[in-house]
Amino acid sequence: MAVLDHPAENVSPPVAQRAPSWATTLDHKQIGILYIITSLIFMAVGGLEALIIRAQLWVPDSHLVGPDMFNQLFTMHGTTMVFFVVMPMLFGFGNYLIPLMIGARDMAFPRLNAFSYWMFAFGGTLTYLSFLAGGAPNVGWFAYAPLTEYAFSRDHSTDYWILGLMVSGIGTTATAVNLVTTILVMRAPGMSLARVPLFVWMMMFDGVLLIFALPPFTAAAIMLLLDRGLGAHFFDTQAGGSALLWQHLFWFFGHPEVYIMALPAFGIISEVVPVFSRKVIFGYESVAAATVVIGVISMGVWAHHMFTVGMSDALDAIFSGASFLIAVPTGIKMFNWIATIYGGKIRMQSPMLFAVGFLAMFLIGGLTGIMLAAVPIDWQVSDSYFVVGHFHYVLFGGSLFAIMAAYYFWFPKMTGRLLSERLARWHFWLMLAGFNLTFFPMHIAGLLGMPRRIYTYSADRGWTIWNQLSTVGAMLLAVSFLFFFWNLFVSWRRGESSGDDPWDAWTLEWATTSPPAHYNFEEIPIVRSRRPLWDLKHPEDPDWEHE
Amino acid sequence: MCLASILLVALVRSAAADDLSVFHPASRPAASIRDLFYLVFGITGAIFALVEGMLVYAAWRYRRRKAGNDPEPAQVYGSQPLEVAWTVAPLLIVFVLFLVVVRSVFEAQEGNDDPPALRVQLIGHQWWWDVVYLDEQPGAGVHTANELHVPTGTDGQPARIEVELLSADVIHSFWVPRLAGKTDLVPGQTNHMWFTAEEPGTFFGQCAEFCGMQHANMKLRVVAESAESFQAWRKNEAQPALALANVTKGRERFLSLSCVNCHTIRGTAAHGTVGPDLTHLMTRRTIAAGAADNDHEQLRAWIADPDSIKPGSEMPNMRLSSAEIDAVVDYLETLH
Repeated sequence: MAVLDHPAENVSPPVAQRAPSWATTLDHKQIGILYIITSLIFMAVGGLEALIIRAQLWVPDSHLVGPDMFNQLFTMHGTTMVFFVVMPMLFGFGNYLIPLMIGARDMAFPRLNAFSYWMFAFGGTLTYLSFLAGGAPNVGWFAYAPLTEYAFSRDHSTDYWILGLMVSGIGTTATAVNLVTTILVMRAPGMSLARVPLFVWMMMFDGVLLIFALPPFTAAAIMLLLDRGLGAHFFDTQAGGSALLWQHLFWFFGHPEVYIMALPAFGIISEVVPVFSRKVIFGYESVAAATVVIGVISMGVWAHHMFTVGMSDALDAIFSGASFLIAVPTGIKMFNWIATIYGGKIRMQSPMLFAVGFLAMFLIGGLTGIMLAAVPIDWQVSDSYFVVGHFHYVLFGGSLFAIMAAYYFWFPKMTGRLLSERLARWHFWLMLAGFNLTFFPMHIAGLLGMPRRIYTYSADRGWTIWNQLSTVGAMLLAVSFLFFFWNLFVSWRRGESSGDDPWDAWTLEWATTSPPAHYNFEEIPIVRSRRPLWDLKHPEDPDWEHE
Repeated sequence: MCLASILLVALVRSAAADDLSVFHPASRPAASIRDLFYLVFGITGAIFALVEGMLVYAAWRYRRRKAGNDPEPAQVYGSQPLEVAWTVAPLLIVFVLFLVVVRSVFEAQEGNDDPPALRVQLIGHQWWWDVVYLDEQPGAGVHTANELHVPTGTDGQPARIEVELLSADVIHSFWVPRLAGKTDLVPGQTNHMWFTAEEPGTFFGQCAEFCGMQHANMKLRVVAESAESFQAWRKNEAQPALALANVTKGRERFLSLSCVNCHTIRGTAAHGTVGPDLTHLMTRRTIAAGAADNDHEQLRAWIADPDSIKPGSEMPNMRLSSAEIDAVVDYLETLH
């Protein structure tokens, strides 16, 4: 059912003619899809790396891969998943959806948008070229100095890491500027900032966070490059440089980065949960305000990654307090989502399944985060497998579950076809089981004294069973993703036709065709409330009477 | 959560051969962290049960029972009292948690001004631990490696062991879970920590901060023993190495090779400081920082080809003949 009139124009030219148009496109929807597809490829690669890591740890004293290859694998797995999967995937959805959600024809800077995508693609490719140049980076994804200094990392693998991330970082900065500008100036008439969909609101603060957080990382990367290439001494401890300076600069970026990967996920959940509960989001204002508070506090918690480096007790206490505090706005969101579900008429379709999965799993990651913010507990479990379990509950149980909800929710908008619900259920339940089986035992291994990033362990340490459970879980996860990729492939080829608004949703992207025409909207809509399509569908009880 | 609690109980009770569980503290700092863990686990566990329960209840109770065009449910836009409640309640909880944490952080420093029973220096190297005994008596500045001997205490008063942490190259982290939380060894700065060992025994640990190729084989053991046996051990450590006549050949071979550039054997011309001090090698249970047992076969294998035990280690393959290896190992085996 189309809510607005539109011309029928769905005659696609053959692939050979379309390919150049994808390479040179400035259309935010095509760029968004490019982001999504590229990051899916990186996700397959990063997942494969994780599988080899888990295979290596299946038995004690394993010789499947050597120590150097193992160190490359976990470095590339972390780097890939953070910089080339979760972030660009979220940018992909942001790119595709934001102009549609705010009733615009494109992003504010379409050329800059294309530039951003290509910088990401080149940056990711450059980092992976290191495999051909003698070996991939092997210093861990946060690349602590002075291990990264020339004295301890003599080949070029670390240079590939620095340059790859700098190149893609330029694209990321451009994306952030583009997102913020688009949301500030391109909104349809009547859509005040207090009426934007929460996904848009959260993407805007995502952009703001990136603009503040990324420069210190870029600066640190340049300093490291100068150290390595030109003999500067920023982090060269043997010449009076500081090892901790790197940690401060890196985590000043690295902690907000966690929220940069979480805020858009919160945004996705704030769109999916209301539609499938058939209720307006509970407490729009407080969800929106909580986003701002999270953004602000997240800039002041970075040193909770550094409780073991020998800071003063006062600093430990301050960063512990700030980290606890961030639980409050996050909790507000959690309660608002649950309150939205409460009293609804819930349609447990695939997007909602993954959204509920997100709520259930992210909660666990948040609570183990509270444990880690308690400084003395952190002294024990920091850099152990407990931490690995914790952040996978946040980034996999959190961000990635939300991203999966996004795939099932917006795939029909992008392709005009529904993903198979049957395959979605296989995907969801295998992923939920595999996820918990992989990452829950890691907490236990950590409490039993297993440090992270070790390529081998001896049998008498009592860690074998927990590692084997994790490895079996990782296999299950791999199978669940096969269902996902298969679903994307077959549904894209011959899935059930979705129509323009398959979920009976309320935001503007559902007011146009699926897939939308190049110009998005034939006529720019005029907005009077937070749920313009609700107003159209329920003229007897429009939203604006309640806001 | 039920499952997590059952697991937790199982964990607390289980004990592996080389136990590294944070639930079996043998030291005051580690015990206080365990107690804090139980408290925070209790609080977060209660939050988990409440919130997850609400979520599951809401999602199940309000699931749509039949497809069809039933009317939309009541649209509730928010509720100020509720939203204030779930802002203030968590604020109170985290405030209490914060106070608890501040108390335990400062508690960990208690007794810092008491004179320690023992002061040692741990210097992290890629990939082994240099242990230096700092006190005067007996033998100040005596080095050993990868094995830290400490006294448990006298008259029921646990001995306070004060540790200075330094690094010779990259960042490492000292972690013996049953004795204390971890503290990093950061090049260019000196960190301090302390622990007690309330019972005799061997406590296992390993480097917890990724430090390069052989991070996994940078293991450490702390041997806690009664004051008497500790003193006996220490007196022996302070002695120079034995020079038995029946291993002269091996000793001369050792001293003629570049082994001496890296290793010290007190009482000989070997004064290197790049690798572990070997003066009393045979008092140690392992070689290569825990990568292998310290026995005849492993010593031979280690000298013949270090990479076969610890790929990437800084110890070079000296390309000795089998007879030379035998001679050198025979000599090393006299270093008690």
